[in-house]
Amino acid sequence: MKSIGAYFIFLGNMFVRRENFRSYFKLVMTECNQIGVNSLFLVAITSTFMGAVTTVQTAYNLVSPLIKNYVVAQVAREMIVLELAPTITAIVIAGKVGSSIASGLGTMRITEQIDALEVMGVNSISYLVLPKILAAVIMYPLLVIIGGALALYGGYLAGTLTDILTPTEYIYGIRISFNPYTVQFALIKSAVFAFLISSISSFQGYYTTGGALEVGISSTSAVTKSCIAVLLADYILAELLLN
Amino acid sequence: MIEVENISKTFGDTQILYDISAKFERGKSNLIIGASGTGKSVLLKSIVGLVMPEEGKVLYDGRKFLESDKEEKAQIRREIGMLFQGGALFDSKTIEENVQFPLDLLTDMSKEEKIDRVNNVLSRVGLENTNDKMPSEVSGGMKKRVGIARAIVNDINYLFCDEPNSGLDPRTSLLIDELIYEITHELNVTTIVVTHDMNSVMGIGEHIIYLSKGKKLWEGNSDNILDSGQEDLEDFIFASKFMKKLRKTL
Repeated sequence: MKSIGAYFIFLGNMFVRRENFRSYFKLVMTECNQIGVNSLFLVAITSTFMGAVTTVQTAYNLVSPLIKNYVVAQVAREMIVLELAPTITAIVIAGKVGSSIASGLGTMRITEQIDALEVMGVNSISYLVLPKILAAVIMYPLLVIIGGALALYGGYLAGTLTDILTPTEYIYGIRISFNPYTVQFALIKSAVFAFLISSISSFQGYYTTGGALEVGISSTSAVTKSCIAVLLADYILAELLLN
Repeated sequence: MIEVENISKTFGDTQILYDISAKFERGKSNLIIGASGTGKSVLLKSIVGLVMPEEGKVLYDGRKFLESDKEEKAQIRREIGMLFQGGALFDSKTIEENVQFPLDLLTDMSKEEKIDRVNNVLSRVGLENTNDKMPSEVSGGMKKRVGIARAIVNDINYLFCDEPNSGLDPRTSLLIDELIYEITHELNVTTIVVTHDMNSVMGIGEHIIYLSKGKKLWEGNSDNILDSGQEDLEDFIFASKFMKKLRKTL
């Protein structure tokens, strides 16, 4: 409970004594590059394979003359858009970006760089953490859009190259009974996940004490806690927005 | 002038500082000395507000610091420059960006003015033409000098140095000490240096307080430190075999 309280105080401190807009703009752009652009390759690879595997496994489970081939694509689409693109990408991002944020801030803490900022009269939480959270909330939904599109393409490749279904059946399947709200839901989830991953990882890194060993511990803890928070938020959002 | 009144600090069950009071005058290099683990750095961090003591007051030219709100604290901190033990340079920024950093955040100077100011202070600490180097590309002594440049780039009134000689060879240590001493007098700032280096103590100690086990045991200067008559302090000064031999010759 004490940690949860400290986390909310930490979040509150981000919004007091902020620096000028110009300094934040540059920092947010740098973080967008680090969090978004640098994660693109990993997201592309995992999403493409995730889509391919989903299509193959859905086809494996829907072997019946009563079920038309395009249903495989339809089911894969629902799984990808609603769950896999935002959530699995979040887990991957928690591993990559979360650990990077926590270890970066942890290193800054143990090498007294955060103290240096404080001594200069700078609100170090606001200066270091706010840009990371803003960048994550901006970039992560974009990554999810790209990831979702690539996952659908991965499904197309796997489905058509292995003759599970024809290109026409796949395209028909991913278009039929499409509810645009699922995309909206995925984007809301992705923004929430981005906030959780970036803020929890920042919190873990910012309050690191000790040396290199503790930076590693903070980094691991950031990934674990971010993943748990993402899964918990996933369930809560599904209950709130889908039921 | 910085006045410290009755500072006490505890971490968990361990009391680190016991009722420390001292006055640090402007234009003097004030030293806080003592063995490792005696609370020197904690006292320094309490003075700049990085550690909150349970009891006591800190006054910056009469302005209360510890009790003030965040805005007032930030205002006083903008008059502070601090050199950290490891330099605390921002790894992702070049030397120039590191030194320029306080100007970017705390002033409305134009780009040209900032670059002029940065070049001035870098040249003052003897680091011309290092602007584009990264902190990882320079030596420990250079990092300390960049740290000093960053500390003084803004118009400061107070300079704090936490073990400026740690990890440096004796010659480089001497250069850093001289630099701190010269800057203190040139800029007429209140300087507080935490150190356990006896060369620094004898070289620049215009006002010295000696801490042992969290208590202030002695106060004086480099001229009278050898005649302090304080047994604990003498043990600290003459700790090495070489110094013990030297003591016999005195």
